[in-house]
Amino acid sequence: MNVVATKHTLLQAEPEWPHEGSFHILEHLTEPTHRNLEPVGPHYLAHARRKRHHRTFSEDDRIVAAQQAKNVEDADPGEISEPEDAMLLSRDPKDWKNQDHYAVLGISKYRWKATDEQIKRAHRKKVLKHHPDKKAAAGGVDDDNFFKCIQKAMEILTDPVKRRQYDSVDESADVDPPSRKAKGNIYKLWNPVFDSEGRFSKKKPVPRFGDDKSTKAEVEEFYNFWYNFDSWRTFEYLDEDVPDDNENRDQKRHVERKNKAARAKRKTEDTARLRKVVDDALAMDARLQKFRKEERLQKDAKKIAREAEERRLVEEAKKKAEEDARRKEEEEAALKASKADAKKAKEAAKNAAKKNKRLLRKGAEDANYFHADGAAPPDVITNVLADVELLITKLDNEELDVVAKKLAGLKVPDEIKSVLMEGIRGTISKGSTAEGDFKALLK
Amino acid sequence: MSDSEEPQQKTVIGIAFGNSNSSIAFTSPDGKAEVIANEEGDRQIPSVLSYVGDEEYHGAQAKSHLIRNPKNTIAYFRDFLGKSFADIDPTNAHSSAHPIQHETGVAFSVEEKTGAEPSTLTVSEITTRHIKRLQESASDFLGKQIDGCVITVPTDFSDAQRKLLAEASKASGLEVLQIIQEPVASLLAYTAREETSHPVDKTVLVLDIGGTRTDAAVIASRGGMFTLLATQHDYELGGRQFDDALVDHFSKEFIKKHKTDPRENERSLAKLRLECEATKKTLSLSTSAQISIESLAGGFDFHSTVNRLRFDLLSKKLVDQIVGLVESVVKKAGMDLSDINEVILAGGTSHTPKIASRIQQLFPSTTAVQAPATNPNALNPSELSARGAAIQASLIAEFEAEDIEQSTHPAVTVTPHLAKAIGVVIHSPEGDEGKAEDKVYVFLEAETAVPARRTATFVGTKVGGDVLIRIVEAKKESVDITPPKEVKEKTAGDDDDEDDDDDDEEEEEEKVIKRITEVEKVIAEALLKDVKKGQKVEVMLNVAGDLTLTITARVVGGKGGVRGTVPGRA
Repeated sequence: MNVVATKHTLLQAEPEWPHEGSFHILEHLTEPTHRNLEPVGPHYLAHARRKRHHRTFSEDDRIVAAQQAKNVEDADPGEISEPEDAMLLSRDPKDWKNQDHYAVLGISKYRWKATDEQIKRAHRKKVLKHHPDKKAAAGGVDDDNFFKCIQKAMEILTDPVKRRQYDSVDESADVDPPSRKAKGNIYKLWNPVFDSEGRFSKKKPVPRFGDDKSTKAEVEEFYNFWYNFDSWRTFEYLDEDVPDDNENRDQKRHVERKNKAARAKRKTEDTARLRKVVDDALAMDARLQKFRKEERLQKDAKKIAREAEERRLVEEAKKKAEEDARRKEEEEAALKASKADAKKAKEAAKNAAKKNKRLLRKGAEDANYFHADGAAPPDVITNVLADVELLITKLDNEELDVVAKKLAGLKVPDEIKSVLMEGIRGTISKGSTAEGDFKALLK
Repeated sequence: MSDSEEPQQKTVIGIAFGNSNSSIAFTSPDGKAEVIANEEGDRQIPSVLSYVGDEEYHGAQAKSHLIRNPKNTIAYFRDFLGKSFADIDPTNAHSSAHPIQHETGVAFSVEEKTGAEPSTLTVSEITTRHIKRLQESASDFLGKQIDGCVITVPTDFSDAQRKLLAEASKASGLEVLQIIQEPVASLLAYTAREETSHPVDKTVLVLDIGGTRTDAAVIASRGGMFTLLATQHDYELGGRQFDDALVDHFSKEFIKKHKTDPRENERSLAKLRLECEATKKTLSLSTSAQISIESLAGGFDFHSTVNRLRFDLLSKKLVDQIVGLVESVVKKAGMDLSDINEVILAGGTSHTPKIASRIQQLFPSTTAVQAPATNPNALNPSELSARGAAIQASLIAEFEAEDIEQSTHPAVTVTPHLAKAIGVVIHSPEGDEGKAEDKVYVFLEAETAVPARRTATFVGTKVGGDVLIRIVEAKKESVDITPPKEVKEKTAGDDDDEDDDDDDEEEEEEKVIKRITEVEKVIAEALLKDVKKGQKVEVMLNVAGDLTLTITARVVGGKGGVRGTVPGRA
């Protein structure tokens, strides 16, 4: 950010700072005017970028700086320099079919991954170093063999068709599959193999072998892809040279036919080879077993769960039955007990009623059958007793008890009589007797 | 080689589409804008199309046909674009093909083919053909297909006119990335030249004196962003009027010798005018120029010379008008002449030395006037718009159309601008007038688009201790510091100019007015404690889009500091 360095001096603060804190607000800024900025120039574009993406100054600075840093990175993808051994330098350019074009350009670590840009730059570097004119000027021998190799490599690698043909037979880029007895991390062993085989795929992206965390779907997709692999690999590069003379046409056709057959054969072999590689990988792939085991375990777990459920149901039914039986027993016992209790109470009530009846009768007797004086004549006695009997029969046990309790301890005949009469009236009002039923007591 | 090469960088150009001349420019890989010459070597390509026989002529060739074949030569058509016949001023096209009414717009009727019926060409169609020729010149020069362009137009071009221009360009096969305004392009041409990535805040007056019209604009340049504050146009003042001054002068001379007026004959007039234009251009470079025309009128040849002084005399009225226009646009912007930090002269007529010197006299000496006559490092005024357009084109070349659309949308361009300058009070010991006074150091000038931020360092205090940072809003005020009278009379001026323009020059020097920045209101105060003597203090002001002001002050190289925020007014 731009910092203007001024020579100005700031104000000296008063010794007494009258405000709290070291910052004091007095006013707001004046309302702004809205104007149209001219959409022109780098600073406006920066402004538009900030405004559109709602960035602050510092955020934008950071993002732009990061982008610029990245640009620098892109522009300088590391020096392409590989040592050139004497064998390589002394190659015969006529033997270009056996030449490692990537090594010649010094990009053998990239091989089929090298971008056009990298190839161009590598070529430029090699040309600058090995140009025959330079060698001649330096007093060296006029040897342009390696320069021819470079030009040939460039010719092949910059032509997409020729590059594919060369890549098809570029065995240096192949990664050998691990042997069946190989130990160690099989993912580390197999991933590079399939990454390298994947370069021939017409379909992109090529699924990776993955690792032990890959899902079942991923693994299945992987094998599906590789068993239906669609390869662009061709073997024209290994063709035998077709004679160029017009004289021997038959010979030419013969060579062409031979080449075609050889190509087809190689292609078939390659397909078979790849299939075997995939078979091997499949055989070694612990993940499939793992998935199978997991599936079995899942199945088992389900079965166990089902059985457990069944068992639980049976047990529950059994428990319920036991419970029912027990409850029934208890109920019966309770019924029996209550029956016995009722009998006893009945007995007791009966006894009480007997006693009460006796009390009533005795009351009448004690009151001399309500006869004024002397021994009561027998008809009076009979009538009174009949009334009392009637009362007794009409009163239920409780009422009898109430009357009996009132009678208890009474000696005066009138009181006794009034009690009895109260009882009688009670029965009359209840409607269980009529006034006429009582012959003595109501008179 | 393989055909799957990486996508090439887009080739884009800037076009200055003028009423009289057009120019094309591109930005070289090292970021410098350069104007392209067409096949004939012209960097100023006359906006003229001429149809002779079965041929279409363009540029300087077409312009020369104004003499022989004016009816089939179309010139000065840019300002007719998108206007109705009733609204146009056909004066300029008087000596070329005449505009006619066509449907709702303007058209020209020319014979495109020998013997064929005259065909009607609308202004849009002519614009398309003109741009097509420009594009061809550019792609021939660069050896590449042109993918897009930025075109400049005057500030008074309406949206409809801009749209028509974009369509016309598209019809010629050239995509218009953006249409920008001429004064802004001229300013961009200068600012892009500055080395620093953080341009100084300044207020610029762009004076564009073209072939047929003069436009003045006051632009606030704040942190490299431009805001038009005021514009003023004069549609009857331009290079053509300067030419006419010479035409009249030479005609009088011719009449004196041969008793015939070359202005009475169309063809003679056209000849004379073309030659006068060339003579005027020569006079911008040397102090005298020759003119020679064979068979000007009545079979007489014409030879004469003219010196710059004579020309300045002839054009005095015109220069006065230009000065008046400048004064009025500054007034319209609500400013004082001394508030203008820089004047940029653009347009072909700005080569005239007298105009530049008069403008320089008008403004205080602190104002820089960018013209070839006053500043040897000035850019060619004729090329400014094209350069600016080319710079803008290179900036947005890689943008998607949608990005450009969004970035130029009013939602982004309309921005709050500060009404008042914001600054910090500084201690000025023994000021200019010998007395100690507190001044204002301006961080953010008025008319600065927000959000904005500025940072500056100060010397803490002379003795050490606590430092008070007082943030204020400031305004400029004119103070009359005219020294006591009697100094008047003649002041030393340019000897040769004295006779012609002494009166108004003296009037201007009568009063000496100084513009000073004064505190209008104090916004906030911050206290920075224990600053040792001579330590530097860095103060950063940041104004957000909602006018929230954040102040950060710290001792350079020290720890801590003070930070405060003044919230915006909701």
